[in-house]
Amino acid sequence: MRLEKCWFCSSTIYPGHGIQFVRNDAKIFRFCRSKCHKNFKMKRNPRKVKWTKAYRRLHGKDMTQDSTFEFERKRNRPERYDRNLAENTLKAIKKIDKVRVTREAKHIERRMKGKKGKELQEAKKELEQNISLVKAPAVLKEDLSLTLPIKVKVSQTQAESHLMEE
Amino acid sequence: MVQYNFKKITVVPNGKDFVDIILSRTQRQTPTVVHKGYAITRLRQFYMRKVKYTQQNFHEKLSTIIDEFPRLDDIHPFYGDLLHVLYNKDHYKLALGQINTARNLISKIAKDYVKLLKYGDSLYRCKCLKVAALGRMCTVIKRIGPSLAYLEQIRQHMARLPSIDPNTRTILICGYPNVGKSSFINKITRADVDVQPYAFTTKSLFVGHTDYKYLRYQVIDTPGILDRPFEDRNIIEMCSITALAHLRAAVLFFLDISGSCGYSIAQQAALFHSIKSLFMNKPLIIVCNKTDLQPLEGIPEEDMKLVMEMKAEAAKTVIGQGGEPTNAEEVLLTMSTLTEDGVIAVKNAACERLLNQRVELKMKSKKLNDCLNRFHVAIPKPRDHKERPPCIPQAVLEAKAKQAAEKERRKTEKDLENENGGAGVYSASLKKNYILANDEWKEDIMPEIFDGHNVYDFVDADILQRLEELEREEGLRQAEEADDDFEMDGKELNPEEQRALTEIRKKKSLLIQQHRIKKSTAESRPTVPRKFDKDREFTSKRMGRQLSSLGLDPSLAINRARSRSISRGRKRERSPDRVDTNGDVMDMDVDTPNKKLRLRSTSRSRSKSRPPSEVVPGEGFKDVTQKGKALKLAKKSVKKRNKDARRGEADRVIPTLKPKHLFSGKRSTGKTQRR
Repeated sequence: MRLEKCWFCSSTIYPGHGIQFVRNDAKIFRFCRSKCHKNFKMKRNPRKVKWTKAYRRLHGKDMTQDSTFEFERKRNRPERYDRNLAENTLKAIKKIDKVRVTREAKHIERRMKGKKGKELQEAKKELEQNISLVKAPAVLKEDLSLTLPIKVKVSQTQAESHLMEE
Repeated sequence: MVQYNFKKITVVPNGKDFVDIILSRTQRQTPTVVHKGYAITRLRQFYMRKVKYTQQNFHEKLSTIIDEFPRLDDIHPFYGDLLHVLYNKDHYKLALGQINTARNLISKIAKDYVKLLKYGDSLYRCKCLKVAALGRMCTVIKRIGPSLAYLEQIRQHMARLPSIDPNTRTILICGYPNVGKSSFINKITRADVDVQPYAFTTKSLFVGHTDYKYLRYQVIDTPGILDRPFEDRNIIEMCSITALAHLRAAVLFFLDISGSCGYSIAQQAALFHSIKSLFMNKPLIIVCNKTDLQPLEGIPEEDMKLVMEMKAEAAKTVIGQGGEPTNAEEVLLTMSTLTEDGVIAVKNAACERLLNQRVELKMKSKKLNDCLNRFHVAIPKPRDHKERPPCIPQAVLEAKAKQAAEKERRKTEKDLENENGGAGVYSASLKKNYILANDEWKEDIMPEIFDGHNVYDFVDADILQRLEELEREEGLRQAEEADDDFEMDGKELNPEEQRALTEIRKKKSLLIQQHRIKKSTAESRPTVPRKFDKDREFTSKRMGRQLSSLGLDPSLAINRARSRSISRGRKRERSPDRVDTNGDVMDMDVDTPNKKLRLRSTSRSRSKSRPPSEVVPGEGFKDVTQKGKALKLAKKSVKKRNKDARRGEADRVIPTLKPKHLFSGKRSTGKTQRR
């Protein structure tokens, strides 16, 4: 029993799921669900399809190189059973997983970090360019700060009296 | 080597057929269409090809004939002589020679005509040349027609020759005609030779095969030989003479004791003596046949003497081979093919003699000495009658016995299975014989999958160590991260700026919303200039509000706007306690739509709260879908008019009958005949 990886989205395929396609040159393609299978049949390149792991790794969205990946490697030589070794392996898997998950989270965090600065820059630019929407240029010339102007009240009665006169 | 495979010679066609075959092949296999308009080189090539092709085919076929017919010097002398006897050697060679010359002639013809064709200057001339070439070739073949026919006959006859292997064990049967040779061969082999009372029933050699001591022997039946001088012999007798001369075989000379063949014993003895030279180095046995008619003992004295003479001669040949002539060597045998008395004995004797001779010969040759060393088994002669069984030590016997017992006692997996309930119930423990460091672990089940990973991918001898390294690394990294986190971006927007930003964003979103509404209603909203604004949006109050929100003082602007506006005049008309003068009719027309709309717009309060798709009983709709359809149709019919800013169905007003931009201006290219 082995957990395989989906060829398209790189998610794990549990037993009883998915489809395996064997091509005439004996290359085996495993898919986790019909979504991946149909995408494959449409000849889509997983490296261009946004939600796949291949895309994410290629475009640097997810972590690609790390020492935690070295632990998991397909070994073709069978080892003689050793209970201690088995125990240790199981414990190790848990720890390695934890480490790997934290590292991945860190990677994504680092990626997102620059957003604040960018946002600030954008806000500043917007402020500068569009201040005329809320403050007339004449008023801006007088008062160079970016504070909102005080609304001037129009004297209504004066206008009415003008009318009545005519 | 066409040793005796004369059956594989291809058929030799006769002259006419030959020509027909080749010419039709030429016609089929070369291009046939040519016109006189072609380039001259092409014409020449066309005809040259035909000539060449014909020549090649002739050459090929004649070569195969020449190659396939055997060369009398290259084959076994027996066959050479046989063929010479049957079909004269000289005639044969001549025929083949003629074929050869014909082949060369044809090659020459072709060469000459091809040379001539190179200078042919018209289609007709080339064609004539080709016709001449082919014609000459065909006459050559016609001339050798008789040779071809002769060769064909030879081929047919050769194919029917018996397949005699000159090198294997052979027994030759000879004697006068009618003595019983063919009946003998019929008896010992499966051959079915004609046996008739007249002489020369057998006219050629016949082969049969028989077995003796697990070996196969060829038995050759020859036609009878008469006692004549050598030169006078006919072809049939010559066949048997040839066989006698060339084949290394055991010879059975048949003697008819009774004389019922028509020839006396004296005559037969004379024959014997005349051909005894041919029996050199061959094991000879004299067989007296037809003993049922006349037993050997009963023949008269002189005949007996002759027979003894022959026996002596035969015995001499035995001496010639080596070994003492004992009476055990049978050189004279009697038999009767009719009663089958002694037939087998004769055969056995002949085979035995032949075998011995061949074995001796082989022993004398050098080649066999190497083999002999390898397969000669020496069996010592027992020197006394003491019993000497093989010696097996006691320990070995005991061990053997123990092993046998053990085999019985050891419990097999099958037995275990049967004990525990049989095949379906018991499943063998495959882990029983595992070789592990600790035997307690034998029944352990190792998980293959854990937490979405394959456990086998992680198994490693030094995994703990690596894990430790990893954790250390992780610890270091976390410390670094903590240091990094203290960097903060100091700059931020102050509250005023923040407020301004929010205001800006609000305003922007409002604008966008308005634009979207406009877009969505664009289908049914008319695009009219601002002076016809229906909803009375663009008032000076509004302008004042907007300017003040931007921070400017709007009073001057409002005043200016008011001083220019038309509504001052209009406002006066509208007040109800004023009397209208006729001078303001124009204004009225423009005014009333506003009034109407305003009235309409005021009376908008609805007290009912039904959904628009609900069917009210008095309306006249069948159901909701019909009402929906009706509403849709109504809306559809109104849409176009709304877009054109028409007041209703009957509104056909054209605001400007002749707008300047449509009636003036020059075209950049083209005519302005219509606008």
